[in-house]
Amino acid sequence: MKHFWWKLISVILILGSIIMGFLGEVPRLNILNETIRNLYFHVPLWFAMLVQMGVSCFFSLKYLSSYKLKNDLTASCAAYVGGMFALPGLITGSIWATYTWGKPWVADDPKMQGVMAAMIVYMVYYLLRALIPDMQTKARISAVYNIFAFCMTFVFIMIYPRLAPSSLHPGNGGNPAFGKYDMDNSMRAVFYPACVGWILMSFWLLNILNRYKKLQYKLEHHENLE
Amino acid sequence: MKIWNNFNTNKILFLGFIFFTAPSTFAQQAVPQMADTFRAEGKIYVVVSVLSVVFLCLAAYLVIIDRKLKKLEDQHKK
Repeated sequence: MKHFWWKLISVILILGSIIMGFLGEVPRLNILNETIRNLYFHVPLWFAMLVQMGVSCFFSLKYLSSYKLKNDLTASCAAYVGGMFALPGLITGSIWATYTWGKPWVADDPKMQGVMAAMIVYMVYYLLRALIPDMQTKARISAVYNIFAFCMTFVFIMIYPRLAPSSLHPGNGGNPAFGKYDMDNSMRAVFYPACVGWILMSFWLLNILNRYKKLQYKLEHHENLE
Repeated sequence: MKIWNNFNTNKILFLGFIFFTAPSTFAQQAVPQMADTFRAEGKIYVVVSVLSVVFLCLAAYLVIIDRKLKKLEDQHKK
């Protein structure tokens, strides 16, 4: 437990966002009303997901430059953790959309189209890993695919919605900036720490999953994973 | 013209003032609704404390899992 401090920071920041997220001041906006507070909980999930997918891509690159299986293992763990953040992100987004945009899935919203495409890309990644039995082959093919997957995800989620003429999501549709979220400064003081907290939490989950998988490998093969 | 003479000019001006300003006072009243009563009653603290307890329990469980894993790792260290 010597590297415990960042895990503690993560818990404190998220706890702070829960407390200040409900007690803090928010702008009074039509349609959104009090649901604007969902921003503190829905958006950081997506940031954590994107960061984990980036970590996954980084370790895939590292694997391809050294062919060490432990890097491939970390890459796959990060992709699974990222997926586990995308799932509640999708569900919370759908609940929020039902009450503000009128339906759970607005199919012509470019951000949602992008997210759907990114999800399919990563589904293929998980499928690829599940289907190839040989470890080295699996590692090489999925590492190459993972780099493609991350690049496409970045394009689908960050670039494509901004090229589209309009989007229901704030900050999209031609004019990307944080200023376009309907936030004032008191909201930013809660939102940014919440993002940091959830990103650190995603690293904690990655840390646990990765150590568990390494231990599993060690017990099955009676040697350390190199 | 006779009707106009019966009215006081000030009264007409006052009526006009009412008619023109009425919509804007309505607009002032129609600020977006928030859960103000809910907050005033202090019920929000109940929600915040429940959510905090839920999150802290999950975080504590994560710490326990982390320590169990650490123990297992130490056991299988060569």
